[in-house]
Amino acid sequence: MSMEKLPAIGSEIDGFKLLERVYEGGMAVIYRVSKIGFDLPMVMKLPKLGFGNHPACYVGFEVEQMILARLSGPHVPAFIAKGDMAVQPFLVMEFIDGPSLHDYLDRGSANFDAAASWIATVADALHDLHRQNVVHLDLKPANILFRADGTAVVIDYGLARHAHLPDLIEESFHSAVGTGAYISPEQILLSRCDPRSDIFALGIILYQFVVGRLPFGNPTTASGFRKRLYREPMPPRALREETPPWLQEIILHCLEIELSARYASAAQVAFDLMHRDQVILTERSRRLKVAGFFTVAKRWYAALSSKAITCTDPLVHLSSASHIVVALEIPLADEKLLQSMREFARRAVSADAHCRITCVTVLTPSILDEEDQSRDLANNLYTQALLEMRHWAQLLQLSPEKIRFHVLEANDPADALLQFSRTNHVDQIIMGARGSSALRRILGSVSAKVAAAAPCNVTVVRVPRAQVI
Amino acid sequence: MKLAILSDIHSNLEALQACLKHAKQQGAVQFAFVGDLVGYGADPVACIEIVAGMAQQGAIVVRGNHDDAALSGLCETMELSAREAIYWTRKQLGASERTFMRSLPLLAQQEDMLFVHACAVAPEQWTYITGPTQAGHCMRASKARFTFSGHVHQPTLYYQSPKGKPQVFYPIPGVAIPLLTSRKWLAIVGSVGQPRDANPASSYTIFDCKHHNLTYYRVPYDHASTARKILAAELPAILAQRLVRGH
Repeated sequence: MSMEKLPAIGSEIDGFKLLERVYEGGMAVIYRVSKIGFDLPMVMKLPKLGFGNHPACYVGFEVEQMILARLSGPHVPAFIAKGDMAVQPFLVMEFIDGPSLHDYLDRGSANFDAAASWIATVADALHDLHRQNVVHLDLKPANILFRADGTAVVIDYGLARHAHLPDLIEESFHSAVGTGAYISPEQILLSRCDPRSDIFALGIILYQFVVGRLPFGNPTTASGFRKRLYREPMPPRALREETPPWLQEIILHCLEIELSARYASAAQVAFDLMHRDQVILTERSRRLKVAGFFTVAKRWYAALSSKAITCTDPLVHLSSASHIVVALEIPLADEKLLQSMREFARRAVSADAHCRITCVTVLTPSILDEEDQSRDLANNLYTQALLEMRHWAQLLQLSPEKIRFHVLEANDPADALLQFSRTNHVDQIIMGARGSSALRRILGSVSAKVAAAAPCNVTVVRVPRAQVI
Repeated sequence: MKLAILSDIHSNLEALQACLKHAKQQGAVQFAFVGDLVGYGADPVACIEIVAGMAQQGAIVVRGNHDDAALSGLCETMELSAREAIYWTRKQLGASERTFMRSLPLLAQQEDMLFVHACAVAPEQWTYITGPTQAGHCMRASKARFTFSGHVHQPTLYYQSPKGKPQVFYPIPGVAIPLLTSRKWLAIVGSVGQPRDANPASSYTIFDCKHHNLTYYRVPYDHASTARKILAAELPAILAQRLVRGH
């Protein structure tokens, strides 16, 4: 179908009335639309399929029609309707009336905390997409919008890939597709299935906010793209001295050339951005220059023979990068129970190559009230809790980047654990069964409440006992 | 409107019943059988009875190579166990079953859907579609946008790209695939009665004719009972083992 002339405002397509044109690009035109019976603000996207247009816009439109209809949740525009590709192709979706990340970028260099918070919400959105078995593969500031409540929404699924649907892009293009400035090394090698490709793009966006320029420029040629296989970006601190080490650590961790060295999940990026004091600082955080000639030459040579990686489902990958919370009761008391919990944690760690463990405990103000509630005492309890959790974890002998410690303060331990699990994309909670402590008797069973309402798996650990017949 | 497409039942009553029950639970209201009602299994008459009854209610039924062979011919292209099963089947069929089988067309078309047992190019030659090249020939020969076939017992989906060679996709059971109307599609629906991809569960598909969503399903059934019936009928033992192994 050709579209030399754009449809007029006020005309109707499949019952949707065109109200105003909000965007016109090379590939598509977008209108605000309304239809009786639909309260949601909506937009209609029409592909520009006229003479001389790049085939990408056609295939991209097919792909978006396929994938958007399969996505749900707050981080994607709600899918409303699609038009038959053979008759009148269109796509109607929820209109997100918020600024884009690109608008924020235009406001000039951001302060570090603001940039980290924005990107953390984007990482939340990205993790949600990956959990729906989709890799976006064209993440950039213009494709990220914000709802009024600050929730990030990722738009434009024209280059995306759903692991359980045919990949129409892969068969149509025999060269890398993506946006030059944000494309990942794997995409350059024609791999279109790994969620970590989106994490690379996220790292570029964060770099852009912090440093004020793109880490790799905006190449348009195949040879320009290929540099990404062996060149790393100039560390942010070399260009903007005041960049905090934790932020540089996160950025360079996102921008690792090797997939296995990169963050394993967007949830891990979000967690680190929201818990800056817990970022494990490595050599990355101190780096002030790019790798030397010999390292780059070695990588260049290796890149000559590097091939596309074998694909797995994003979900399969994510299951190896689960976030496991071990809920501990402080003071540590039941040594047998603690030992059993440690065994569960050990099994999880050995099964999942990229998993992370966060030890969490909840301090209730009632504990503080019972005694003289001075700040010193509270600090003491806080320190004591961290100390005991570290003591528990010591025997697991995990490498430092695999484990975090977190003290929550709340009246209701179950609520606090649930809240923490929801906001930190927790995949599994390991906790002890109801104990016999006085506190437990007063509060009722924390584990029962958590197991009933948790957004993830919950393992309630009991001490093995001799069988009673 | 949801249409269930079933193929290669091969006289497997338990599998057929399980798939029909499953399809109705999924909301299927129309049915298409794309050939090979008989052959291999021990229940040809019962299977034909069910399918013929549904055909009277409007179900689409096309002929497969085993249906053809059960009527007449020397079957010299068939492997030995298949041929033995055909000779056995011939003895089971009565006049009414034969009349029904003889009435079956090689092709059936309904709106933008074409149903054929093997391949839309010369269907009587029973060509196996084993890769994108044959699939491309089949899609070009088909006048319909969506072609449904069986014959090859592996659930597979082929589609035309705007340019270049046809593509292959291996569907995930239970996941609806939107078949875009901008392309031609060839769905090989897998086998109800004799799966051969190392999974003994029956395979069939449901096509949502309004939204053009195609879903492949796998349905477990009591294959041990079916295998016992095959042995009791003194059909080749390998046909029983095949159901248990799923290949």
